[in-house]
Amino acid sequence: MIRSVPRSRWFDAIYLLYLVAFFVYLALPLIVTGVFAFNDAPFPSLPWKGFTLDWYLADGTGGRTGLFHDDGLLSALWVSVQIAFWVTLVSVSLGCVNAVLFERLNFRGKELLYLLMLLPLVIPGVILGVSILVFYSGMANDASRLWGIELDLFRPGMTLVVMGQVAFIATLSTLVIAARLRKFDRQLEEAALNLGATPLMAWFTVTLPWLMPSIFGAGAMAFLMSFENFNTTVMLTGSDTPLTVALFNRLREGSTPVLNAVALFLMVGSALLAMVAMRRSDRG
Amino acid sequence: MMKDSASRLSLWLLLTPFLLWILLLVLVPHLQMLRVSFQVRESWDTLVWGFDQYQNFFTESYYWRTFVRTGVMSLFTTFLTLIIAFPIAWYIARLARGRARGLLFLACLIPFWASELVRTYGWMILLRESGLISSWLQLLGLADAPVEMLYNDVAVIIGLVYNGLLFMVVPLVTTLDGMDENLVEAGYDLGGGHLTVMREVVVPWAMPGIVSGCIVVFMLTLGSYLTPILMGGKDSAWFTQQIFTQFITRFNWEQGAALGVLLLFLSSVIVWIGLRLSGQSLRKVMG
Amino acid sequence: MTSHSDLSCTGLVRRFSGHTAVDHVSLDVPAGTFFSILGPSGCGKTTLLRLLAGFDKPDEGDIHIRGQRMNDVPPNHRPVNMVFQHLALFPTMSVGENIGYGLKRQKVPAAERQKRIVQVLEQVGLPDLAGRNPQQLSGGQRQRVALARCLVLKPTLLLLDEPLGALDLKLREQMKVELKHLQKAFGTTFVYITHDQSEAMVMSDQVAVMRNGRFDQVAPPEVLYRQPETPFVAGFVGDNNRLRGDLVSVEGELADIRLDDGSRVRGRIACEGLEPGSRVDLFVRPESLVLAGEAINPGYTGMDARIRTTLFDGANSRVEAEAAGQTVYARLPQDGSAPRLGENAAVRLAWDPILARVFEAAT
Repeated sequence: MIRSVPRSRWFDAIYLLYLVAFFVYLALPLIVTGVFAFNDAPFPSLPWKGFTLDWYLADGTGGRTGLFHDDGLLSALWVSVQIAFWVTLVSVSLGCVNAVLFERLNFRGKELLYLLMLLPLVIPGVILGVSILVFYSGMANDASRLWGIELDLFRPGMTLVVMGQVAFIATLSTLVIAARLRKFDRQLEEAALNLGATPLMAWFTVTLPWLMPSIFGAGAMAFLMSFENFNTTVMLTGSDTPLTVALFNRLREGSTPVLNAVALFLMVGSALLAMVAMRRSDRG
Repeated sequence: MMKDSASRLSLWLLLTPFLLWILLLVLVPHLQMLRVSFQVRESWDTLVWGFDQYQNFFTESYYWRTFVRTGVMSLFTTFLTLIIAFPIAWYIARLARGRARGLLFLACLIPFWASELVRTYGWMILLRESGLISSWLQLLGLADAPVEMLYNDVAVIIGLVYNGLLFMVVPLVTTLDGMDENLVEAGYDLGGGHLTVMREVVVPWAMPGIVSGCIVVFMLTLGSYLTPILMGGKDSAWFTQQIFTQFITRFNWEQGAALGVLLLFLSSVIVWIGLRLSGQSLRKVMG
Repeated sequence: MTSHSDLSCTGLVRRFSGHTAVDHVSLDVPAGTFFSILGPSGCGKTTLLRLLAGFDKPDEGDIHIRGQRMNDVPPNHRPVNMVFQHLALFPTMSVGENIGYGLKRQKVPAAERQKRIVQVLEQVGLPDLAGRNPQQLSGGQRQRVALARCLVLKPTLLLLDEPLGALDLKLREQMKVELKHLQKAFGTTFVYITHDQSEAMVMSDQVAVMRNGRFDQVAPPEVLYRQPETPFVAGFVGDNNRLRGDLVSVEGELADIRLDDGSRVRGRIACEGLEPGSRVDLFVRPESLVLAGEAINPGYTGMDARIRTTLFDGANSRVEAEAAGQTVYARLPQDGSAPRLGENAAVRLAWDPILARVFEAAT
């Protein structure tokens, strides 16, 4: 079972077979999705009709509209990018502040607050979306009905989506950054103070650079999670639909290779982002 | 004195963003949801207190049957994910070496660079009647007509397990990686066999990882929406779907809120039972 | 012959890519003895121990325990238990459960098990700790639990992998003595590996000095100390002074040596094939050196030296001197018999040639 304990050859063979089967299971759906983005047929299924870039580049003249000429999908993509940007910014900032709060300070009720901080992890995403919808949208409704004030900010739309996503992504980025801060040797900070830095200077010159890899990691994670989120988003989205919701609506109408093209585009984009983030955190 | 007030100030400076976040985005909305679930709409602008929504849930068998089904299937999916992921995590943490180790771990992460929607879509292309597996079976002569493998519970579970794997593998690898190999050797040295060492030494050690993986996978599964909707059949409803219907299609927020509270209750209770049975705490498992 | 030895290995070889960690090692451990394998880190002693426990397989050679061949027996079926370097107490079990783990595997009924746990805890001097978690115990207590966990199974052979390494100095001294007593009390055969010569010397009946995968010498501690058979053993076991020179002549078992500054000293030849003219190393222990001023025995040999400094360390006090261009240490008796020595004082260091050992110089 471990290297130093004898295993039978059968056991090893079965184990290896299992590993192979597992990774095939893992890779198959994605490979298939990617490959059919280039099939010269109006429907993503066999037989293979030859290679084409139509599902990216066609401009609608031949009855096919590729991703790069599909205004609906492109504007949804732009909405998703905007949402992800704000979610990343807010979540990572909150994550830094929370990490310092929980790793460095001592105050009464810290344990309880820490548990509260973990709470969003054990709330299903749909419920997070629903509760924010009920509270803020309900508030906007009441304000409009009772006083005639229009709080459009709190109607389903981009703001609510950002709020809903921040609700749980902030917890994750807090955990990532706090884990790194925990490994920080406080003597380094003391050394900085000893060499004449003010506490704030010491924080910016010694502690923050140490946290940088985790901040990048948390940022990449927040961006990806926001971009890919569906469950919370779908409850809170208004007329400007983000990409996942737009794709879902398309998918219900029937699948076309344009969806494969978008999927592959997303996969490559996420892979690149993840790779860059990993590079950076490896260096740290 | 100076120092004291300065540290008070910095505490409040750091505490304020946290409190704003946790109160305005988590606690207050959930309390409001709880409140709304106990309101009954008498006419379009009058609300009274009542238990009607919850009564509906228990009298309408469609509601609670879906509820139970969702819970049971989520538990089953979680268990299956654990069983599938454990040997993989074990291999990565204990048997693979050097580069292979890093590559295998990375390979486990790759599917999750795609969103749940993309993953589900991939499975649909594979499993549906005109899909790849059906075509392959026909090519191999194992089937003489297209085979529909989508729109049933097995398909849903395949998809759900797929979605959960990463969240099971990562905590398992982390805890198994931290285990001193000498512990396993001591287990054998004192006379234990493979199963005994697994049961008495490895599993107790990996318990925090197992519980944390199970909690996350369970939450994800219970709250998933896309996979059961897109891959499930006519009668494989998921509870999130009903919440969605109440809010988006019927505009019945009160009923939707009640269903949401029930789902939250179910998940909390099962997580709590899981922590209790395994003797773990949320802080140890998640933090 | 195997009937008298608990462990007997013949021609054990274990190769890893590039180097041979265990290189044709044979050994024989009589029943009921304390056998130590002493060597610097990287000498292959841990690999050897893991071969004995069954966590690794020899490429060549046989392992017999009480006459039974063990090569293909998995670790969980060997009558051998091991105390790991970091003890490997199961953190998820109490002390009692840790000790009961092996008994349970042997299907010992619960009541009997309880009895034996209590009994062994008493024997190692830790009564009433069965309910504790190992993490709550002190280093010395954990040590004893690890021992009890193995001894309760009454193994033929107990392997110990430098278990005292993690303890602080004082506790280590205490545990050394205690381990020896426990071994005598239980009568179990111990195979102990360590890089600390004092541990090996104090506890063992037999010590094997290991270097580069081979045994240099296997002997009781006293023989190892007084009659080292190789320059490595002479230098590794105990403190020693090494003086390099050329062999001038041989009379009987004594060699006449010219040191590099021209002075002549004598010592006993400890290896074969020395010819006049060959480079040799003479090893003489600090406590064999006598400081001049005392009446010098006419049979003694000696050399002139200059005191550099004195190192006071109670009963272990020494002087550091320079002789023949080399640094030499001599024991400084604290019973008042030694003269007071100032820095740069000239002295004569003398010794009985029988107590010095001459080897061919290592290159």
